[in-house]
Amino acid sequence: MYWDREFETMPREKIRELQLERLRATLGRVYNNVPFYKKAMDERGIRPSDIKALDDVRKLPFTVKKDLRDNYPFGLFAVPMDDVVRVHASSGTTGKPIVVGYTQNDINTWAGLIARALTMVGAGKGDVVQNGYGYGLFTGGMGVHYGAEKIGATVVPISGGNTGRQLMLMQDFSSTVLTCTPSYALYLAEEGENAGLDFKKLPLKAGVFGAEPWSERMRRQLEDKLSIKAYDIYGLSEVLGPGVSMECPAQEGMHIFEDHFLAEIIDPESGEPLPFGQQGELVFTSLTKEAFPVIRYRTRDITMLSEEPCSCGRTHVRMRRVTGRTDDMLIIRGVNVFPSQVESILLEFGETEPHYLLVVDRKGNLDDLEIWVELSEKWFSDKVRQLEEVEGRLKERIASVLGISARVKLVEPRTIPRSEGKAKRVVDKREL
Amino acid sequence: MKIKQISIFLENKSGRLARVTRVLGEKKINIRALSIADTTDFGILRLIVNDPDTAFRALKEAGFSVNVTDVIAVEVTDSPGGLADPLEYLRDAGINIEYLYAFLTRASQAALVVFRVEQIDEAVKVLQLKGITILDGSKVYDL
Repeated sequence: MYWDREFETMPREKIRELQLERLRATLGRVYNNVPFYKKAMDERGIRPSDIKALDDVRKLPFTVKKDLRDNYPFGLFAVPMDDVVRVHASSGTTGKPIVVGYTQNDINTWAGLIARALTMVGAGKGDVVQNGYGYGLFTGGMGVHYGAEKIGATVVPISGGNTGRQLMLMQDFSSTVLTCTPSYALYLAEEGENAGLDFKKLPLKAGVFGAEPWSERMRRQLEDKLSIKAYDIYGLSEVLGPGVSMECPAQEGMHIFEDHFLAEIIDPESGEPLPFGQQGELVFTSLTKEAFPVIRYRTRDITMLSEEPCSCGRTHVRMRRVTGRTDDMLIIRGVNVFPSQVESILLEFGETEPHYLLVVDRKGNLDDLEIWVELSEKWFSDKVRQLEEVEGRLKERIASVLGISARVKLVEPRTIPRSEGKAKRVVDKREL
Repeated sequence: MKIKQISIFLENKSGRLARVTRVLGEKKINIRALSIADTTDFGILRLIVNDPDTAFRALKEAGFSVNVTDVIAVEVTDSPGGLADPLEYLRDAGINIEYLYAFLTRASQAALVVFRVEQIDEAVKVLQLKGITILDGSKVYDL
């Protein structure tokens, strides 16, 4: 089933023509409307008119997360604020989030892409979509919501958390599609099992899981426990939100919606483009975004692309599961976390050379974050109350900056291992 | 009238306490009194030793988080209600006690208790006015 047969099955030759046409239009707009992009292109002596073939995209400079941060909050918007109908934001590395904007057309495009994604997994009118992605500044909740409405499904905007209620409504409302992070889905499955719930007897048929890395092993567990088909969805707020690519029933990679995004794979070290089939960093250029277009945005996600024809009939390239990152970003309970965020908090607390370690684990299928902080002399007191106060204040600040709660554990000085003068900041014990 | 207490931060891991006492032993330091306050994750070991300055340096060199706090050593009669007297005097003066602990052994008629209070000078004054004996450092360290 296709939502948009014409575009989803377009011959590759025609897709490339369409991409070039849309790329040129996008470049014209950003060159004229976004000083950052104009400057970046001028510095390289490139004009939008120099892009005559799709491969010419390689002449354009990359955009990185820092550029988005430096232009906080609206510096990279390509339309007047009057035309921006919504903003979303993701956690940044220094406390200030990265803000993205959408025009009404952008919102419609996004809903259309989610509609494609849901249709791809067999959802449509008559389905009940239980949307367990977080609603709010995070793109997940509202992104999926509008697309689910667009296909005529009944949306249950339950957002994340509140497991008891999730399980109750899943039964009472006869939910047929579950959308949430894969780790939360697994948690729901186990909690349901513990409560004696037989998922085989529920009408639930498909899960659209994303916003964090997962594995084939988790897919088998989810499909088995929830008695559904589990599909991977990919996206990032800088480029759109969920719905940049989506797995089809063949379950062999996610189709990137190439009529809206131009994908490249590059060598993360040299920045050189790599051919299909080679593993590297995924880079996106938006082709239709109005409010927040991005040019060669480096996602830091490691994957590979395949142009092989797919049994589902769609012609868009497929990306393999994301297997890693080129930076130190962690995804914990669907939230992006950088160790440097913890560092900046410790600096705020007056530490001049903070030593800390993020210990990530999965307990009962839920991500668990414990932050070890070496106790410095100035924090140490002979009174337990005072140390617990330090722990408490750190915990509060971490929750507010990271957007997820973490346990704080004070440890003795010089007990966090250092290697070659540079401390190891993360121990990730999760098995995906 | 004040004596120096050494406090050491300890993670709840096996062998940490042994390490502290070994470090002190190697420096020929004698422990006069000790107490441990513990939470799920960590503990604070508090010590009265015969040579606090050397103990502090040795522990710091061994990589521990250490600090020195002033406390008072209060002599109480070794009989029922003996501890209640000084506690009531401090309560009546509005002085809060952070914590207290007893000395390990003492062969005499009186018992020795370490008091950790915020308003230490005031506490000394109040207790002495009531005729309670507070030992000074030199006496305690040489016990």
